[in-house]
Amino acid sequence: MAEVTFTLNGEEVTVDKPLNMRFLDVLRTTLDLTGAKEGCGEGECGACAVLLDGRIVDTCILPLASVAGRDIVTIEGYRTTERFQVLQNAFVKEGAVQCGICIPGMIIAAESLLSENPDPSDDAIRTALSGNLCRCTGYNMIIAAIRRAAKEGEGLW
Amino acid sequence: MKNISKSIDKVDAHEKIAGETAYISDIKREDMVYAMTLRSPVASGTIRNITLPTLPEGYAAVGPEDIPGRNLVTMIYEDWPVFPEKRVNYIGEPLMLLLGPDKERLASLLDAVEVDIEEDTPVLDYSHSGVHLHYEKGDSDKAFADADRIIEETYTTGYQEQAYIEPQGFVGYIEDETYTVIGSIQCPYYVHEAVKVTLDETDENVRVLQAPVGGAFGGKEEFPSVMATQLAVALKKIKRPIKMIYEREEDMVSTTKRHPSKTTIRAAVKDGRITGMTSHIGIDGGAYIGLSEVVLSRGMLAATNAYTIEHLDVDGDVYLTNTVPNGAFRGFGAPQMIYAIEMFMHHAAKELGEDPFSFRKAHMVKQGDWTSTGGKFRDPILLDEMIEKAADISDYHKKRKAYEDENVYKGIGMSWFFHGCGFTGSGEQHIIKSRVEVEKDAQDTVYIHVAAVDMGQGPKTTLRKIVADVLDLPIERVIFDYPDTHRVPDSGPTVASRTAMIVGGLLARAAKTLKETWREGEAQKVEKRYQQPDYVEWDGECMKGDAYPAYSWGVNVVEVEVDKHTYEIDVKDVYSVYDLGKAIDERIVLGQADGGQAQGVAYGYLEVMSRENGRLKQTNMTDYIIPTAMDMPKTDNHLIDNPYPYGPYGAKGGGELTLVGGAPAVAQAIEQAVGRRVRDIPATPEYLMELIHNG
Ligand code: FES
Ligand code: FES
Repeated sequence: MAEVTFTLNGEEVTVDKPLNMRFLDVLRTTLDLTGAKEGCGEGECGACAVLLDGRIVDTCILPLASVAGRDIVTIEGYRTTERFQVLQNAFVKEGAVQCGICIPGMIIAAESLLSENPDPSDDAIRTALSGNLCRCTGYNMIIAAIRRAAKEGEGLW
Repeated sequence: MKNISKSIDKVDAHEKIAGETAYISDIKREDMVYAMTLRSPVASGTIRNITLPTLPEGYAAVGPEDIPGRNLVTMIYEDWPVFPEKRVNYIGEPLMLLLGPDKERLASLLDAVEVDIEEDTPVLDYSHSGVHLHYEKGDSDKAFADADRIIEETYTTGYQEQAYIEPQGFVGYIEDETYTVIGSIQCPYYVHEAVKVTLDETDENVRVLQAPVGGAFGGKEEFPSVMATQLAVALKKIKRPIKMIYEREEDMVSTTKRHPSKTTIRAAVKDGRITGMTSHIGIDGGAYIGLSEVVLSRGMLAATNAYTIEHLDVDGDVYLTNTVPNGAFRGFGAPQMIYAIEMFMHHAAKELGEDPFSFRKAHMVKQGDWTSTGGKFRDPILLDEMIEKAADISDYHKKRKAYEDENVYKGIGMSWFFHGCGFTGSGEQHIIKSRVEVEKDAQDTVYIHVAAVDMGQGPKTTLRKIVADVLDLPIERVIFDYPDTHRVPDSGPTVASRTAMIVGGLLARAAKTLKETWREGEAQKVEKRYQQPDYVEWDGECMKGDAYPAYSWGVNVVEVEVDKHTYEIDVKDVYSVYDLGKAIDERIVLGQADGGQAQGVAYGYLEVMSRENGRLKQTNMTDYIIPTAMDMPKTDNHLIDNPYPYGPYGAKGGGELTLVGGAPAVAQAIEQAVGRRVRDIPATPEYLMELIHNG
């Protein structure tokens, strides 16, 4: 057990847990934040993604120790932002959501991309999503949603 | 009436995007323990002894001796035990559950269990038939005797894993003396029946609730009954809430998949036309039959796909092997058969020196033709128009010609196909007997009571849309909660592309009655039961007559480029045209199209699951590759209206249709690119290398 302090959705948090505990379990079990999902447990599917210092990271392969002093934003924190509103609307309008289990991770991936490249090409979107698996949609409607968000949210990113 | 197809916002999308939807793994109960499964390490053997470590306070083990009712997972065929008592039949077969409050402690206890099994030689080939089916039409012997040419080919298909992103899971508890399970499931009443039989309880004492489902594709049709019966036995023993969530590897090793298959087709050719055909399809059922017989039957019924062959003889077998049981996966036997027959027609044309496109078209079904089982294609068939449209948007004919050049490693393929909607034959009438209710309270708020599950395909939106439209109410005034067997009647399982057509159809009728009898400010309830259209005549024993009340149709075009040196396959474009009667929501259907095609195309070239000595070689998402956003091309999908008189607003089935044509279209494209006949899928670079090097 060790105390680890980090910023979570804008607030400082300290947890006292084993340093090698999966950060996904810290979120879901210790902190009761279930927006990040477990799809594969091995860094393949992106369902467990959060933002670490603004970049997407898979929390199922992230030990607690790695977040010490870092800035973490989960879907629970991100959903309070204006950027999220734009993405949410775009995902709804483009029909990008089927079962939905991959979608919080897709939103995190979209934020990670748009904050670096506010006007991405389709290829850039495909590359940015390549660490997030979706079994329902075939991706095209998700890609269209991100394209739409980039357009409608112009100036936000 | 407004145009029902005009899309609206999906009713559950906002909360899913925000991460607010509680899926099964997000659900907790006070005082809850976890369940972990002890599994067989061997493919075939007899249990001599299982020795448990000393279990700490608060921990328990549950096995076959704890089952109060039948040690059987009730599904179509009765051979699948909840926990085996003596014989183990596959690697990963569940032997018992360990339960306790701490997962890590449970895992180490599980490691400490000693399993002593006397191993014997597993059956791993197609030698033990568990089910044999047969049907015929006309006189195929005579067709072969009169033939001036006979063509025969054999095709194989591999496993396909559903790979829903949310693994299987349940939470169970006892409330008011009722055994209650919540799960990620497609068929609440399948689970209800299975738990009832295993616990030997009454209908009322078992309650099943559906949690939001994170993808299913058939994988959560019958398999959840296996987990739920085990969980229920444990509930009865320890009387504490239990959570049982599979990890990915456990899910892939132990849950049902698409059956690998081997199909041989022989055709009698006379004057350049196929006059007769015999086919044999063998599917690998795994260790228990479960619902494999029904999968086999749907496969066999697609034996001639969208072609009319006058004389026909079709056989099929479910082979039992000492491997994980296979089961439902979107398409349900049809993808294997439609792949085989589409490739066969293509190859037969080549054998005869004819142009495959024209040859296939010359055999295509028309309205009024007899089906493979001597039923009738009653409704208009718009395939001609659809094929023309698909050829047009993809520039098929020009590309097909250009890619014939040996030095061009590009190819384009086209498949056309049907999917029979709903249960086979009189299944809806005699087995399912669906019931729906539409109720309104004194505030005139309307409630839909059905057991249909939204697993992403959209009935939460489309069924509300139907009822709201019939009643002329805003959709907000129509409520449809997640099914709960204590509150909703059995409207049947969420399978077989039946939800929009059958359940939606019954709801439209119920809503119409409610409208006609509407009394403002009064509570009212209307029930409707399924009634088979008069024209359906089916003899299940001989497989004769109308196998389905209606058919949906599709055309897929796939374009690929193959790397000259590595044989890596790059899928460039997918074009499609579908007739599913009438879309209840166009964007939802187009979403089904995109997703179904991704699975269908990947089935043909990308998704590899294989085994060695009864052990699966791909057991996680790193090894089992499904398409990423980089693999999937853009798509150009179109719907044409062809309303079916008995469907709500003319709707037929759509969910599975979008998958079944992907594999033959991509395989034909690859075949053209490399200039070699493709017979086995997935057509991986390794397979292509072999084809090319062996001439
Ligand atoms: S659960 Fe973390 S990447 Fe899949
Ligand atoms: S919407 Fe189901 S996995 Fe993406």
